[in-house]
Amino acid sequence: QEPQASGLPEYVKIVEVGPRDGLQNEKVIVPTDVKIELINQLSKTGLPAIEVTSFVSSKWVPQMADHKEVMRGIEKHPGVQYPVLTPNLQGFHSAIAAGATEVSVFGAASESFSKMNINCSIEESIEKFEEVTKSARNMNIPVRGYVSCALGCPYEGNVAPEKVAEVSKRLYSMGCYEISLGDTIGVGTPGSMKKMLEAVMKEIPLSALAVHCHDTYGQALANILTAIQMGVAVVDSSVAGLGGCPYAKGATGNVATEDVIYMLNGLGINTGVNLCAVMEAGNFICTALNKKTNSKVAQASFSTGTIN
Amino acid sequence: NIVPTSVKINLINMLSETGLQVIEATSFVSPKWVPQMADHTEVMQGIHKFPGISYPVLTPNLKGFQAAVAAGAKEVSIFGAASELFTRKNINCSIEESLERFEEVTKAARAASIPVRGYVSCVLGCPYEGKIPAAKVAEVSKKLYSMGCYEISLGDTIGVGTPGSMRDMLAAVMKEVPLGALAVHCHDTYGQALANILLALQMGVSVVDASVAGLGGCPYAQGASGNVATEDLVYMLNGLGIHTGVDLQKLMDTGTFICNALNRRTNSKVSQASCRL
Repeated sequence: QEPQASGLPEYVKIVEVGPRDGLQNEKVIVPTDVKIELINQLSKTGLPAIEVTSFVSSKWVPQMADHKEVMRGIEKHPGVQYPVLTPNLQGFHSAIAAGATEVSVFGAASESFSKMNINCSIEESIEKFEEVTKSARNMNIPVRGYVSCALGCPYEGNVAPEKVAEVSKRLYSMGCYEISLGDTIGVGTPGSMKKMLEAVMKEIPLSALAVHCHDTYGQALANILTAIQMGVAVVDSSVAGLGGCPYAKGATGNVATEDVIYMLNGLGINTGVNLCAVMEAGNFICTALNKKTNSKVAQASFSTGTIN
Repeated sequence: NIVPTSVKINLINMLSETGLQVIEATSFVSPKWVPQMADHTEVMQGIHKFPGISYPVLTPNLKGFQAAVAAGAKEVSIFGAASELFTRKNINCSIEESLERFEEVTKAARAASIPVRGYVSCVLGCPYEGKIPAAKVAEVSKKLYSMGCYEISLGDTIGVGTPGSMRDMLAAVMKEVPLGALAVHCHDTYGQALANILLALQMGVSVVDASVAGLGGCPYAQGASGNVATEDLVYMLNGLGIHTGVDLQKLMDTGTFICNALNRRTNSKVSQASCRL
């Protein structure tokens, strides 16, 4: 298989968001030691980046109340990044004090979503993030920027690609090294993914782009394939597809890391990740959560006892 | 669970109102092997046949073909495979022997002006043989096309394919069979179906098989899913601006009907997500 021959990247970086985005959207509160064990297992799979926790008020996100303990408790493997969410300067300081060496900020391409999610306008949120990126720059801490609702909003419906490009550019200009474009409610299709990326690629270098696709409508892998075909080489995913969708009861959310890796392997694209090891970590957390995996690869491999 | 004949007929009638142009109705195979399809004659005779819609049926041999035509079938399908072991285990003969049987069907069909669709199973992998050479898929496809099948549906029977293997397989098959005669039949057992279908569309394939509500598990991986859900496929095609003529809401309603009748959850993510509306 020669990925370059077909215009595909040779290597795709997988950013594992299960321990944060995944667990945050699971109903069951997970004990701290289980979170730490999950992250430690993921650290041994070859994953280059694992989103560990969120330094947000426990009033808003009870699941992440143990952010300090998790940050301090995990093994930090050389060559693996452990970014954490920091919604504001206070969260940032707390994260640094707890040993974080990379942080993320979460913007949105929809005003309504921004208001409903973090109770302020896009512009106000950008001002808050600028405080974070300023401090981060002083301390040589890399910052990753997320843009939610990149392919649709639960309140506004369609989101203009130009708006996504505009918000992405603001985050990139203030110093985010990478912009993760999130299909927050999973409504995107290869058609809307292509249009959105075309708009964003006018403002941001390709190498600074990532896609964060939700599988709520079963479109995630097709959308990721489209992004990769356009040259995007960073993909967010969640082990076992952890994390439902808060906007569609009972529906799925994050795309499963196992299923993404299976596809990339089949395309001859290198990820550095051991699929079996991820499946084991997925099995561990699903057992702890007493739930079935959302990964079809894990389901099929478990049934057949083989890995194809 | 064996589905009552009336439920099957209702399902097909509902599907007929969604805009779908082809609905595979039943299989004229011995009930000894496939008890679920034992009522093939009643189903064929009981469904409302809308003008402009095709209702192909499976016919594994001449006997099945004749029974199908007697019951009113106007289109039939035959099922080959790109794997010797799979053919042996599935229909108890070699690929060559199966092709001889199919030729009897295509001859009789040609005499009766009945179109025949050919399926090739295991095009991206076999539960027994593992990897299947793309050249083998091309060879079997060519044989089915040459004996008179108007369309060849390439089936990823165990869903192990990825856009990489789909691309390589199609490139080989397209050398032997015209693009306009190709279809893909992807299983979602490893979650790859829509990505594989997208790749096929990008290569020019414009016929796609799918199953309402993603009905049909995988007999080779217990508890795993099988067919890709028609709703999820249509959602993607709509998003790509590709015309299908299918009404997604009516399709979802049909999926809800059959899932209720089967007392099971849908395998369609679009349907699951739309539940809250």
